[in-house]
Amino acid sequence: MYEFDWSSIPGSLPLLAKGMGVSLEITFTAIVVGIVWGTLLAMMRLSSVKPLAWFAAGYVNVFRAIPLVMVLLWFFLIVPNLLESLFGIPRGSDMRLGSAIAGFALFESAYYSEIIRAGIQSVPKGQMAAAKALGMSYGQAMRLVVLPQAFRNMVPLLLTQAIILFQDTSLVYVSALADFFGTAAKIGDRDGRLVEMLLFAGAVYFVLCFAVSQLVRYYQKKLKTA
Amino acid sequence: MGYSWNWGVFLQPSATGDDTYLGWMLYGFKMTIGLSLSAWLIALLLGALVGVLRTVPSKTLSGLAMAHVELFRNIPLLVQLFLWYFVLPELLPKDLGDAFKQSHPVVQQFISSMVCLGLFTSARVAEQVRSGINSLPPGQKNAALAIGFTLPQTYRFVLLPMAFRLVVPPLTSEFLNIFKNSAVCSTIGLLELAAQGRQLVDYTAQPYESFITVTLAYVLINVVVMFGMRWVEARVRIPGYIGGGH
Repeated sequence: MYEFDWSSIPGSLPLLAKGMGVSLEITFTAIVVGIVWGTLLAMMRLSSVKPLAWFAAGYVNVFRAIPLVMVLLWFFLIVPNLLESLFGIPRGSDMRLGSAIAGFALFESAYYSEIIRAGIQSVPKGQMAAAKALGMSYGQAMRLVVLPQAFRNMVPLLLTQAIILFQDTSLVYVSALADFFGTAAKIGDRDGRLVEMLLFAGAVYFVLCFAVSQLVRYYQKKLKTA
Repeated sequence: MGYSWNWGVFLQPSATGDDTYLGWMLYGFKMTIGLSLSAWLIALLLGALVGVLRTVPSKTLSGLAMAHVELFRNIPLLVQLFLWYFVLPELLPKDLGDAFKQSHPVVQQFISSMVCLGLFTSARVAEQVRSGINSLPPGQKNAALAIGFTLPQTYRFVLLPMAFRLVVPPLTSEFLNIFKNSAVCSTIGLLELAAQGRQLVDYTAQPYESFITVTLAYVLINVVVMFGMRWVEARVRIPGYIGGGH
């Protein structure tokens, strides 16, 4: 039978906490970028200006057809070199980490845009018509009437997507970023206690994601009864 | 931009000499397809079972099914994969663990990946099956019980024939996901599509050709699956239900 030895965990907690900080930072960046850029994409997709709608549809469909691992590898291995040769940035300036985070955010935006598009479409058409009849411009009607209602309906879905996104951040492992999981795996390798470290990491992810998903469920119930 | 394109690189003999780089790509492509399809089989069978159990009156059974779903939904896929590949063989009884560790590395990687992807996806399939069953009018179950069907008969003859057809459209996106998620298995060294693409970058110094090819291969898989599923969806659509519903 395997002999467990959890002794390397307490000492490495500060490093793991730092890794968790990186994970949360990536999550937070991607959520903010995802919601802002996703909203723009959703509005483009619903816009009557055809080229904008095509661009948004193409963007979303391409990112949703490619695995996140591939997107991260593109942004980790290829995009930095491309930018260097395009803009003549001196070699050696390390953009790989920033690039990986950017790729991650651009990828998640495609998923956010689909949620937001459905949210905008869930607002009855009469709302937009009424706002326009009151003399609001398209931008005002969107900002003051349609989007606030759309976002209220979307909160549970956006939060669920945030949990998925948080889990997805573990994949920045392929770009050698020291997030929570990457740190845990590295410490496990170093101390020869990979089994304990991986179990610990799994437990931490489970507790966090489970807790937030229960909160979402609670909120959803409240929204329904309200 | 000083990059020299060379699409002919795929026809060059590979670093190991016994194949071309195109051969490497095809091997990765076949691995991705084989892995995804076998994992999908596990996900479908187990997911259907767990999804049904979530709706049964027995608190124990539905509780167990719920635990299954929550466990596999709340741990990142990459972490699950590492747990299957690095941790489980250590925790198995010694004979079994040793037998696993002594088998061919490709076999180890493939089995871990298949089980991991299958169980990961089964939790998602189970949720779709559950919501399919719950979307049926409650009168159907009550009517079946009232005319003397036992509970298993009610499921077998009344609920499941409807629910399994309703659930096909939402399962399409899970089926697409399993192909994309299989790329995660490159992290334990399984030489599927994404891993081969990365290897080519290391061996040929033609990163663009390699990555563009791999990316297009995933898009191709996506398109083929989408059209295939559209055909299936049209065949199983229940007359009277617009678009199948959720």
